[in-house]
Amino acid sequence: MTFLNRKDIAAIAILAVLLLAVLPLCLDPFRLNLVGKYLTYGFVALGLVLCWGDAGILSLGQGIFFGLGGYCMAMYLKLEASSPEATKIQSTPGIPDFMDWNQITSLPLFWRPFHSLAFTIVAVPLVPVLLALIIGLAMFKRRVGGTYFAIITQAVAAILTILIIGQQGYTGGVNGITDLRTLNGWDIRPDHAKIVLYFINGGLLIVCVLLAQFVRRSKLGRILVAMRDKEDRVRFSGYDVANFKIFVFCLAAGLAAIGGAMFTLQVGFMSPSFVGIVPSIEMVIFCAVGGRTSIFGAIYGALTVNWARTTFSEGLPQLWLFAMGSLFILVVVVFPDGLAGIYRRYLDPLVDRMLPPVRRRIPVAAVAETPQVSPTFAE
Amino acid sequence: MSSETDFLLGVEGLTVSFDGFKAVDDLSFYLDRNEIRVIIGPNGAGKTTVLDLICGRTKATGGSIRFKGRELTRMKEHEIVRAGVGRKFQTPSIYEDLTVFENLEISFPRGRSVFGALAFRRDADVKDRVEQIARDIFLADRLNDLAEYLSHGQKQWLEIGMLLIQDPALMMLDEPVAGMSVSERKKTAELLHRVIQDRSVLVIEHDMDFVGDIAHKITVLHQGRVISEGSMAHVKADPKVVEVYLGH
Repeated sequence: MTFLNRKDIAAIAILAVLLLAVLPLCLDPFRLNLVGKYLTYGFVALGLVLCWGDAGILSLGQGIFFGLGGYCMAMYLKLEASSPEATKIQSTPGIPDFMDWNQITSLPLFWRPFHSLAFTIVAVPLVPVLLALIIGLAMFKRRVGGTYFAIITQAVAAILTILIIGQQGYTGGVNGITDLRTLNGWDIRPDHAKIVLYFINGGLLIVCVLLAQFVRRSKLGRILVAMRDKEDRVRFSGYDVANFKIFVFCLAAGLAAIGGAMFTLQVGFMSPSFVGIVPSIEMVIFCAVGGRTSIFGAIYGALTVNWARTTFSEGLPQLWLFAMGSLFILVVVVFPDGLAGIYRRYLDPLVDRMLPPVRRRIPVAAVAETPQVSPTFAE
Repeated sequence: MSSETDFLLGVEGLTVSFDGFKAVDDLSFYLDRNEIRVIIGPNGAGKTTVLDLICGRTKATGGSIRFKGRELTRMKEHEIVRAGVGRKFQTPSIYEDLTVFENLEISFPRGRSVFGALAFRRDADVKDRVEQIARDIFLADRLNDLAEYLSHGQKQWLEIGMLLIQDPALMMLDEPVAGMSVSERKKTAELLHRVIQDRSVLVIEHDMDFVGDIAHKITVLHQGRVISEGSMAHVKADPKVVEVYLGH
């Protein structure tokens, strides 16, 4: 694990203990399930750190990929809940109820592979990544970037929402895909199942954090930052910049999709209200509040904002949107690096002082030859 | 290597027009192997545009650019770099958020594909080369500092180092000593003398003392055309050059 330094390991350990021990011990199953739901946005925020924070590509359409991942999972679960026995009162038994209501008499072709769990597990990341690949190829190869790219992602999010709502017979329309019951015969609705799903979700998130950290610590991670800073310099150092942008955009899409699938499993339905423009922008806010250049910050940001949303919505639902807007303005104006920025400025120096000094393994041999470099600059 | 012609770079009939304005107009010149050529000319003469055309940043409207027998006008920027053309920009173009070491490492010509970059390892080869280049560009003791903390002159050197590590057959420098102090200029001249071994260099520069110090041959551009070409003495004595450039 050469891509993790001491602080990374500590941060991952703290996150793991918090998610997999502290929260499950402190919260009742209902609240724990809510935290599980918030954490699914952590996957999206993780992808945004790589795509937006590191590479500087602002996507305002992560809901597309979150939604597609969630819909892939929901289609599988819905088919399992629509066995001929369970749907025998329908005029066409064996198809999802909303299709029956829309006078559809046979299962559409694109639904059929979702009878298979294996296919679904592959499709959850693959379908969104393919769409991201198409968008990426079309945009980045033509050097469309910045604001224009953000607007295009918004447009795609809007199109997808309209498509889902309009094609009610195939997608469940505005209600989404609801009444999901079992995963390969295992009932996902009772409390104990939700606890198991919570742990799967938490474990997956830790795995994705490791993956993201691996990418960031590779040369590819440094190229992403270099591209954000001086795209032309990277290009004239022999790199095909578009390929790197496409890669990171696809990676962010895949991460969002995993979050979406875990959302469907834990919440028990998927609907267009998690796909469109507004949820996509909210995802960017989660990431910005946590700190777009810190993967841990982004995850805590997703947790905090969503927790605040629930708290507000329970007390003062009409004020939530204003509170969220103010929070975003506050972060942008006062703490551009979000929670992670506050941590870096005020707490990190304290942590440095508290950590016992060790001989750091500095990856540059030149340091050994130039002992006059003071250790404080070594980071 | 792939060509039997004796010149490294051959520019013939090169033309580019922006909305009818010809920034470079039917330009031809040839660059020999191991030659240092300096392009001079008044503002707006098209000097930077010529470099942009060679490195693929601007697409030519007409004409050809042959480098080692390959036609550059049809290649993409990164392919031109991989073919052996390195370019330094006018304002220092380095990655301020990365350390000096990382700046040089990114320019190291290996792992340039997406998955190559993921699998890239910082092995002894890379470290040795980065350290060697860092000594050449007077930054050996700054390897672990963020590039944003370098002085202007040091940033220029770093960018030259980023080209050097690619070991290009043709190195193009756009005003490498602009904004430098006298002592930095001297050091840069010394650096350039050292780095031009076994490669050709194309330099845009205004500082005539510096030009006289490094140039083998000078090309004078005016309104996108070559008006004079030859040694420093020849160019200085050319009445057309005196009129449009040196006289003022």
